[in-house]
Amino acid sequence: MPPRKGGAAPRRLRRLPPEYLDQDDGAGMALIAGSLAFWAAAWWLNVRLAASRWAGTTAGRLAVPAIFGATLLVLWEGLVRGLSVPSVILPPPSAIAARFVVSTDILWADFVQTFVKGALTGYAIGALAAFAVALAADRWDVLRRGMLPVGSFMAALPIVGTAPILVMWFGFDWQSKAAVVVVMVFFPILVNTVEGLRAADAMQRDLMVTYAASPLQTLLKLRLPAAMPFVFNGLKISTTLALIGAIVAEFFGSPTLGMGFRISTEVGRLALDMVWAEIVVAALAGSAFYGVVAAVERRVTFWHPSQRGRG
Amino acid sequence: MADAAVTASPGAGVAGRGRFAARAARAVWPVLMVVGVTVGLWYAACLPMNVKESLNQAERAGAVIVPEGGQARRDASPWGLMAQNPAHLGGVWSQDRPRLPAPHQVAVELYETTVGMALAGRAFSNRSLFTHAWVTLSATLLGFGIGTALGILLAVGIVHNRAMDMSVMPWAIASQTIPILALAPMIVVVLNSVGISGLLPKALISAYLSFFPVVVGMVKGLRSPEAAQLDLLWTYNATPAQTLWKLRLPASMPYLFASLKVGVAASLVGAIVGELPTGAVAGLGARLLAGSYYGQTVQIWSALFAAAILAALLVGLIGLLQRVVLGRMGMGR
Repeated sequence: MPPRKGGAAPRRLRRLPPEYLDQDDGAGMALIAGSLAFWAAAWWLNVRLAASRWAGTTAGRLAVPAIFGATLLVLWEGLVRGLSVPSVILPPPSAIAARFVVSTDILWADFVQTFVKGALTGYAIGALAAFAVALAADRWDVLRRGMLPVGSFMAALPIVGTAPILVMWFGFDWQSKAAVVVVMVFFPILVNTVEGLRAADAMQRDLMVTYAASPLQTLLKLRLPAAMPFVFNGLKISTTLALIGAIVAEFFGSPTLGMGFRISTEVGRLALDMVWAEIVVAALAGSAFYGVVAAVERRVTFWHPSQRGRG
Repeated sequence: MADAAVTASPGAGVAGRGRFAARAARAVWPVLMVVGVTVGLWYAACLPMNVKESLNQAERAGAVIVPEGGQARRDASPWGLMAQNPAHLGGVWSQDRPRLPAPHQVAVELYETTVGMALAGRAFSNRSLFTHAWVTLSATLLGFGIGTALGILLAVGIVHNRAMDMSVMPWAIASQTIPILALAPMIVVVLNSVGISGLLPKALISAYLSFFPVVVGMVKGLRSPEAAQLDLLWTYNATPAQTLWKLRLPASMPYLFASLKVGVAASLVGAIVGELPTGAVAGLGARLLAGSYYGQTVQIWSALFAAAILAALLVGLIGLLQRVVLGRMGMGR
């Protein structure tokens, strides 16, 4: 422990059970100094890398942020251990990793409950519903002019607040979480799809007229493909929203399972290493989900300028 | 809307004003129609949602209901019950604790807990939504301010330092795919355990949520000047600071406002969710949670609408600011 820290914090800390505070002074200072030295070295390395000819290559573009991320972890670990920060305030990354490894079965069960059942189901239903409504709005112009302002307005609202209502209606299990996700992803996808269906320009539509294409053919062969970049924009925004909706809805009631449930109960028991492990799962799931949707986008909209020239 | 306003400028005369009104009507009535249909569907949805409780009440008051007894109706389909008891459906829109409150119930509750209490001279009592909205709003604004300021600073750093750009930017972008909101309960509880409670933990969550959109938007904005413009400043022998103040920052304004709108909405959500784990003391999130604990559905819905109104006001305010600022800078449409 460092000799003293001012303010109200130490008074509260002292009340924590003694096993949370492991004391070692000399080693602590060495750890702090070591991690700061690592920071300086990594920073120097990154500055050199960014200025070198490696900066333009894929390897360089991956290495620099990776080194930065590693630096953050080392600083976190060194400072937490060096300053003997109690694990009920901030556990070191190594403790989080250890907790992650020993509780993979719990984390997996939570992941299935929240992500696969809650978020993915809701995402699929919400996306399909938004798509259907967008097609209807595209068919009747009055509907489009009414839907678009209302939809953009709704997309900016704190929709996650509907969670208590939907939990009341659909019960504690994953159905209510899926319902929250449906409401959350619906409006961004709707607005983007409606915008996208107008993306084909007049020249292209004229061409379809000269081909004597039916409205359905025009929709399938021109306007839907042209809408895809917009649709995927909505789908990508919604990946994060889906996960947020499923997790936050569990704060309002859930079976004894799920990422949001685990976070709120383990926070209550001050088992922060488990909370962080759950957050790691959420981060991995969120980025992977986004990555999958972005990969599908590259396959579907390979013709779009933003996707060309990427190899 | 913007070009309609131009047509209606002084000098355009009566014909212009007429055209303006026609265009406004053309823009407004589909919206009104969608809103109207939604409210209609809402009223209709109250029928199946509230029919059982309403029939129970009618029976207790002495009416003859088919089938008899609450037990018999528990598992019956709401549609069948509605068809069998058409005369006793009036109660579905006036339940005390309905599964789905009717729109007017929510409106009345909203009015009573805001304007009604203000008229009674208790605008900031514990039951007034003004109190709760202010608690949430103050955390939102503080956090939004912190997040925006730090975001702009980091964006300036990223634009001027290649190493920083390469190290931080991928993480800033990746962090937008991560449900940061999951951190909220932990931040609140941990800060509470070291003696920091009240406004600051919620503000930190808000700051965290508005930080990344601002960073990403501002980096884009600060890089938006064209090469020719940067070259011009280069020929003037401008310092990087001068380039920043005279070219990059002004050029980034449209991007800044776009990300501010996203950021302020995220801040509000952060403040609301930040109120959940502290045991529902004050704030709109607390109203939501307390309502869900005690089955006070009308209270939940009115808190939800209050949050929606707050979000709309905040986004609208930034939109107004955007119009004024960009207009004065000559970048308005």
